Amino acid sequence: MADLLELTPQGLYCREGDFHVDPWRGVPRAIVTHAHADHARPGCDRYLCAARGTLVLRERVGGGAPIDTLRWGESLSINGVKVSLHPSGHVLGAAQVRLEHRGRVWVVSGDYKVEPDPTCDAFEPVACDVFVTESTFGLPIYRWAGPDRVAAEINAWWRDNQAAGRTSVILAYALGKGQRIAAIVDPAIGPIVAHGAVMKMVRAYRDSGVRLPPIDGVPPRARRVGDGRALVIAPPSVAGSRWLRLFGEASVAPASGWMTVRGIRRRRGCERGFVLSDHADFPGLLGAIEATRARRVLVTHGASESLARLLCERGLDAAPLATRFTGERPPDDATDDEADEPHDVRAAVEEGV
Amino acid sequence: MKDFAALYWRLDATTGTSGKLAALRDYFSAAPADDAACALHLLSGGKQSRAVSTTLLREWAAEAAGIPLWLLEECYAQVGDLAETLALVLPPPKADAAPGEAGLAAWIRTTIEPLRAADEPRKKEIVRDAWRRLHADERIVWHKLLTGGCRVGVSRTLVARALAEVAGIDPAVMTHRLMGGGIGSADDYRRLFSSEPGDADSQRPYPFFLASALDEPPESLGPVADWQAEWKWDGARGQVVRRGGACAVWTRGEELVSDSFPEIVAAAAALPDGIVLDGELLAVRADALLGFSALSRRIGRRRVTKKVLADVPCAFVAYDLLEEAGRDLRDQPLAERRRKLEALSLPAFPAPGATLQLSPRLAAATWAELAATRASARDRGVEGLMLKRLASAYGTGRTRGEWWKWKIEPLEIDAVLLYAQAGHGRRAGLHSDYTLGVWHEGRLVTVAKAYSGLTDAEIVEVDRIVRATTVGKHGPVRICSPTLVFQLAFEGVARSTRHKSGVAVRFPRIVRWRRDKQPEDAGSLADLFAMIDALPTPEPAT
Repeated sequence: MADLLELTPQGLYCREGDFHVDPWRGVPRAIVTHAHADHARPGCDRYLCAARGTLVLRERVGGGAPIDTLRWGESLSINGVKVSLHPSGHVLGAAQVRLEHRGRVWVVSGDYKVEPDPTCDAFEPVACDVFVTESTFGLPIYRWAGPDRVAAEINAWWRDNQAAGRTSVILAYALGKGQRIAAIVDPAIGPIVAHGAVMKMVRAYRDSGVRLPPIDGVPPRARRVGDGRALVIAPPSVAGSRWLRLFGEASVAPASGWMTVRGIRRRRGCERGFVLSDHADFPGLLGAIEATRARRVLVTHGASESLARLLCERGLDAAPLATRFTGERPPDDATDDEADEPHDVRAAVEEGV
Repeated sequence: MKDFAALYWRLDATTGTSGKLAALRDYFSAAPADDAACALHLLSGGKQSRAVSTTLLREWAAEAAGIPLWLLEECYAQVGDLAETLALVLPPPKADAAPGEAGLAAWIRTTIEPLRAADEPRKKEIVRDAWRRLHADERIVWHKLLTGGCRVGVSRTLVARALAEVAGIDPAVMTHRLMGGGIGSADDYRRLFSSEPGDADSQRPYPFFLASALDEPPESLGPVADWQAEWKWDGARGQVVRRGGACAVWTRGEELVSDSFPEIVAAAAALPDGIVLDGELLAVRADALLGFSALSRRIGRRRVTKKVLADVPCAFVAYDLLEEAGRDLRDQPLAERRRKLEALSLPAFPAPGATLQLSPRLAAATWAELAATRASARDRGVEGLMLKRLASAYGTGRTRGEWWKWKIEPLEIDAVLLYAQAGHGRRAGLHSDYTLGVWHEGRLVTVAKAYSGLTDAEIVEVDRIVRATTVGKHGPVRICSPTLVFQLAFEGVARSTRHKSGVAVRFPRIVRWRRDKQPEDAGSLADLFAMIDALPTPEPAT
């Protein structure tokens, strides 16, 4: 029997249902796991996503094309393929796509994490025959300390900076991690300020019912913001830009799973970095894969070859799958910021807004 | 251990000099003398030996982490640092671990030194026990101690400054006290803080004064009469110390190499007492220079056999006098020091049979005349010229403007990227170690390895191309289809039986990325052989 999903030039395609999952080109019908740019592209005729993620996806793909939605666990038949969406814990509205056709069940994970995150619904293991998993941090060197510990580190750093009269600037993706950081730090320490690109998504999160602490935007044409007490959340693309000068003396620290590796921290030239990711760490990936009880595992973006080989050695039928998903890119990858920021960020940075 | 690890990471995270200085000051003012002595040894790049093989460490770490060895190797390729890789894959330490209890010296005494004599099962026991007690950040530092690779990015000058500040003495005095290492015990360390001059009878050398590369036309240096010109020798910089009835030979790496150069020690005994010469250790037979590769057969050896002594005769060519009759001359102008050096009546190079020789001054009335002299450097087996301001004092470290090295242009060839490997440290995970080849009978043969020379942005770009053009993998090495051409510079080229291509190039480095060239445009082995044939024939080393 043919596979339920196959790789075409447009992306992962379900022939039986005649739709794509996270296509990287415009197609008639796209099921979108989440709104990051490597998974959600504008230019499709019709989208389907989780109800929780509608506003965020609309922000990303623009007006026009209709967006159909499903509540968690609710199913829809598309040309005889039963489709349902289940939380992946990655960012607000991020879904795993469950496909069922003639007794076969496939699940596409999209991006996922198993750590708690107050800004999105928790990852839910879904039993399946074939699991298509990401592997961004699929090497055993990646082991997260837990969000509570990272939050404590950020709080301590923020307080130290305040004591020295320095603004704390944390670099995080505009969609997802920016809001997560705002939600886990201690807002009693001082004001939280967000870059315009982060702020846009803060509004989408709030409109979707996510509770976030008070966050200030940066007023247009401001010459100086704050007095060194603020925590500023900005996308990675502002690193080294004129925009940062708005805050005077500042300590700049990226928040990313890649900060685990010292060489990457040093290359980034930052004195601090926080190991915080919206992707599963190595134990998280292995646990999630096991929980699906899938016999066959297809491994996409990241350490796909290593992880597939390890799973094979552990008795599963596993293989890498060459998609164009990128996950969280290492910070020195120039495509990093473009892949995950709306196009207006760069313009905003250049204008010094 | 905790304090030293904290210092290590503080130095790692700080890019500025003042921050590093503060970190060192804080550490040394708080550390007990025995820990401080160990730390000082490590910070000044002192010798460390490997207590356990990295092969065993890899196996044990993979076992403790419950992962196959090949997966650990994949991690290493991504992290680019073995100590860090092992620390990250290992399970977190026991919750009740209290690594802060023991100091650096105690850790070395109880977990590093006993390893050397231990059998394999005992070694494993010690290592696994340490892993259970250390946190990831401390493990990295401990692994570096274990494998003898603990290097910290601070200059000796900075360490000396920090210690001088803690001790409240002149940094120059501290620098001198630190020369030659030999700080092994808490007592040695305490002596650094002594307020008395003390060490009059010591055999310590002076900190070496270094030259900078001349990148402007020499005319920019003013009148040629203000300068002393000498050959830039292709040997090892050294000092001969003749004090208190004994002699010592030191290299610039502050290594005591008296045992490797017995003939120089013997010849120096004829000098009056209280003399320190600065100069070059050279392998030389009669008047023919044997080159650096011959010299390296002597430097690396503790015990020099008769055969090596006969094969590689050495001489010390002096170009400066730092101490006379026990008096420090470094503040005097070079012209005065030179006059006193010449008064010692050493025979000028080439003086066949003489072990101590004088590096001659190269006379010239104009810069053009000196340029002509420099043009003959390659034929003479030297690297170019040294230009030293006659009014210059003998400083410490590298002070721009006083001493210049005016080297001959390097040899160059365009070569094609064939293999690439991920780099280490700041370049971890980026393919920045390249193997390059040139054409021979229609095929590309490897001739050099170069650790980049490109800008950071270019390395990232090359890394992408490497990944995209990989046609095979050999462990961490990627085999690339030939697409990239680099201009490769090197100081020398010689026939070699140890290299598959039959040639060995010296100090290869990439000058620039030749985006304008295709692999077909690269040079050939024949080009390299032509360069060899154009060189003067040195006496064979054996």
